[in-house]
Amino acid sequence: MPSRMGARAPAGFGRSFWELGLLLLLAFVLLQGSVFPYGADASSQHAKDGCSSTHEGKPNRTKKVFPVLSFEYDHIKTPFEVSLWVLFASLMKLGFHLVPRLSSIVPESCLLIVVGLLVGGLSKLIGESELPKLDSGNFFLVLLPPIILDAGYFLPIRPFMENLGTILMFAVVGTLWNAFFIGSVLFAVCQIPAAGLTHLGLLSCLLFGSIISAVDPVAVLAVFEEIHINELLHILVFGESLLNDAVTVVLYHLFEEFSAFGTVTVLDGFLGVISFLIVAFGGVLVGAIYGILAAFTSRFTSHMRVIEPLFVFVYSYIAYLSAELFHLSGIMALIACGAVMRPYVEANISHKSHTTIKYFLKMWSSVSETLIFILLGVATVGGPHNWNWIFVTSTVFLCLVARVIGVIGLTFIINKFRIVKLTTKDQFIVAYGGLRGAIAFSLGFLLEVEDEEMRHIFLTAIITVIFFTVFVQGMTIKPLVELLAVKKKQEAKRSINEEIHIQFLDHLLTGIEDICGHYGHHHWKDKMNRFNRKYVKKCLIAGERSKEPQLIAFYHKLEFKQAIQLVESGGGGKLSSALPSTVSIQNIQPKKPPPAPEPRERVLPQLPKSREEEIRKILRSNLQRTRQRLRSYNRHTLVADPYEEGLNDLLKKQKMFELEKKIKEMNNYLSVPVATSDSPNLRRARLASGRQTDFKPDEQQNGKKQTSDPQAYNVKPDPVEVPTIQVELASPQSPDSVNILDEFRKDKEKDEDTGLTMKPPSGPSAPPRKQSGEEDAKDPQKLTRCLSDPGPSADEGAAGKIEFHAHR
Amino acid sequence: MGAAPTRIGQQDPELVERTGFSPEQINNLHKRFLQLSGNKDTISRENLNDIPALAYNPIKSQIIEAFFDKRNQHDSEVGSLEEITFQQFLMVMSHFRPPTLEMTAEEKEAMRKEKLRFLFNMHDTDGDGKITLEEYRKVVEELLSSGSIEQESAKEITDAAMLEVASTNVPHMGPEDFYEGITFEHFEQILKGLEMESRMHIRFLDTATVHCGKS
Repeated sequence: MPSRMGARAPAGFGRSFWELGLLLLLAFVLLQGSVFPYGADASSQHAKDGCSSTHEGKPNRTKKVFPVLSFEYDHIKTPFEVSLWVLFASLMKLGFHLVPRLSSIVPESCLLIVVGLLVGGLSKLIGESELPKLDSGNFFLVLLPPIILDAGYFLPIRPFMENLGTILMFAVVGTLWNAFFIGSVLFAVCQIPAAGLTHLGLLSCLLFGSIISAVDPVAVLAVFEEIHINELLHILVFGESLLNDAVTVVLYHLFEEFSAFGTVTVLDGFLGVISFLIVAFGGVLVGAIYGILAAFTSRFTSHMRVIEPLFVFVYSYIAYLSAELFHLSGIMALIACGAVMRPYVEANISHKSHTTIKYFLKMWSSVSETLIFILLGVATVGGPHNWNWIFVTSTVFLCLVARVIGVIGLTFIINKFRIVKLTTKDQFIVAYGGLRGAIAFSLGFLLEVEDEEMRHIFLTAIITVIFFTVFVQGMTIKPLVELLAVKKKQEAKRSINEEIHIQFLDHLLTGIEDICGHYGHHHWKDKMNRFNRKYVKKCLIAGERSKEPQLIAFYHKLEFKQAIQLVESGGGGKLSSALPSTVSIQNIQPKKPPPAPEPRERVLPQLPKSREEEIRKILRSNLQRTRQRLRSYNRHTLVADPYEEGLNDLLKKQKMFELEKKIKEMNNYLSVPVATSDSPNLRRARLASGRQTDFKPDEQQNGKKQTSDPQAYNVKPDPVEVPTIQVELASPQSPDSVNILDEFRKDKEKDEDTGLTMKPPSGPSAPPRKQSGEEDAKDPQKLTRCLSDPGPSADEGAAGKIEFHAHR
Repeated sequence: MGAAPTRIGQQDPELVERTGFSPEQINNLHKRFLQLSGNKDTISRENLNDIPALAYNPIKSQIIEAFFDKRNQHDSEVGSLEEITFQQFLMVMSHFRPPTLEMTAEEKEAMRKEKLRFLFNMHDTDGDGKITLEEYRKVVEELLSSGSIEQESAKEITDAAMLEVASTNVPHMGPEDFYEGITFEHFEQILKGLEMESRMHIRFLDTATVHCGKS
């Protein structure tokens, strides 16, 4: 899971204290602002009462002085308070990162709870009783969904599916075991007369057990995000925390019903099992339906890109609410919705929408999480408590013991079926990572039992367990991970080679399974993939993208990212691959003697270094200027996203050129300096500058044959002109040929221009219809003209023939 | 299904030793072998080709070739066989065993090397110990189940991939050097992150799967 907390450079210690102090002061003021209105509220209430009574009394009232400035708080009360709390939570989050060492020792969740405690304590001192409570309506309907949606949308599907059996075992059987074990042992403990708890029946204890047994996704996310353990363990614990919601829901309702009646029959138990299946699968089904709807809707949003993220959010939220409507598992619905819609939606939406979705989800889930923990702290101080030593301590103890026994027992069984077994270290982390959190608290809060005292006992115990797990386990898990040398998360992104081989392996293993003759994992996965490709993708993905094989999609995504990075880095840097290598594309192409009749690959001559520098400088300065000329737009006319549409366009057109037949007489060896990693993506990014094309000069654009571009999976009509942005690149490659943008303008006339070399470059480099933004293009135009080198003796000649006009 | 000698596992303890399968697994695989070969002693390429489920597989021919590749027999021979016996069949299959809990780190490393070697042999069709650009391109083309449409993409992807291998392994090549092909060491290097020993395995059953006829 990508960390939601940005890494901030640790400020100097003294300065950070200063800032922290300022922040705290600000927070305090804000708080007073929120508390103060309570008082004002009371007073305005009075005033209102007074006013109304006088109204009734005297129909004709005396004329008062016209209020120049009035104060009416009621009007804005709720949104104002909500905003203040959100602001406060965010400021706190900011504040923690200003103190550098603190955030590395103590997990954020702990700090937030402490803040909540302080706020609660503060307001109690002031004598305020009207604090926002972590009540179940707020929590389940507003605070929880963003976190779960964020988790579900970005769920790594592959490891999740691979370990689904294990995760389900832990989630279902593990939670059941926890609930019953804790419940029954607690009941036994309650029988001890000394505890004074004999009034707690078995069913009540079981109810309590079911509340406290579930591992909480919010807490797990908050803690595990900081410790960066390997993917397998992360997905195991996290997946468990998500999937046990169904079990919790069923158990909770079951026991709540029955604790009123006092007895449970076998039929009820049986119905409970059925109910569980319905809750779980129903939730998933509801989520999947909405997911497909969302994917289908996204197919048509190509003209209205602005609202694409909205569809994702709204459909998911409705899925959650629909599931809650039927008492199905809302969490599972949300996860299913996000996971189902993601591959299709991502193929349909624009890059910007994708970024928007990502950031909004992260933002909301971050704020939600912060608020949850703070309110937890506040509720601790405020809430009605009933501290019973024996109950509380035995609860904490039992939770730990139950978890450990459960994990060990289950792993023993699971390892018989797993191929990659879980080691003891793994088991320890899984057991230790079983944190409880706010869901348990809200469920406890939601309890409606006649015995108020019992409820208070429960709440106190729940809070203690939460505090224990979050503080003790949360704080110590990081050093323990280090101590045990648990494998950490692999940071590197997947490379193209790995992707190729993963796909290769998939097919290989499927094939071997077929040869072996049994239908295993891979066989069914392959079948599903084929079904997906044949039918589902056609419906849900717009246009040509539906036929794109996965490898190509991956590759394009990679390239696109690299091209954008390259362009964003101002063109001054190399490709984002952090490898300082001088390997270029020519190193891997098999060499052929230059005057070969089939000049598909050739050795490219070198450009002396000084020239290279000059070229670089010129290009870089052009980039500075053009950058400022970004076309601004308002959101209603966000039709052509200049950045992206242009890039896509140019990508498409570049591919068109690549497909054209190689003109043999194209001997314009323009001197091309030794490129840095001149991979196809670099070529493309350079293309986006519109300055040069493929470095293989033989593949010039001669005649823009409008060959249908089969590569263009992103075929978009070219609604506007090619944009004014010329994102340039100080690439060491000289602009060896035409300004492609100009070419395009003439694309209707099948210009049989042989590109650059032969004719006096009237066509390409005398740009007839230049837009204002392209005066800079003139400079490299002249450059290209100079660099053009007619004649076959290009190699050695070219280097000498470069002339630079000073274009300033 | 003919009357298979059901105790081939016990009869040939060397098989157990060499391939690492359990006797039950060997028995099952033997049954399957007989199915595929039509109760004969050897399997030819046609037998494997006839498996219907393989028809959809884009790298079908490579997989079949891998069975007949001498290099996968752990001998030092090169070339390919015409037909394979059960023993050789088992040897190829043994590349797909999963790691066990009791393995030490060296054993895991050895297993990984073995599996990577298998993959390498699949790519390196001419047996010269290097995967050239052409060979790699073929691999990518097969994966994309190309029509002519995807050939350009395959070329680009291959180029990018080769570039990556070259950059990772030989970062400082001069402009005149030529990177001839991926050697086994480089291959290992780039696939280091994939943890081949845990990925490249299938579940070999201890109990027979009943099939009437080839499935």
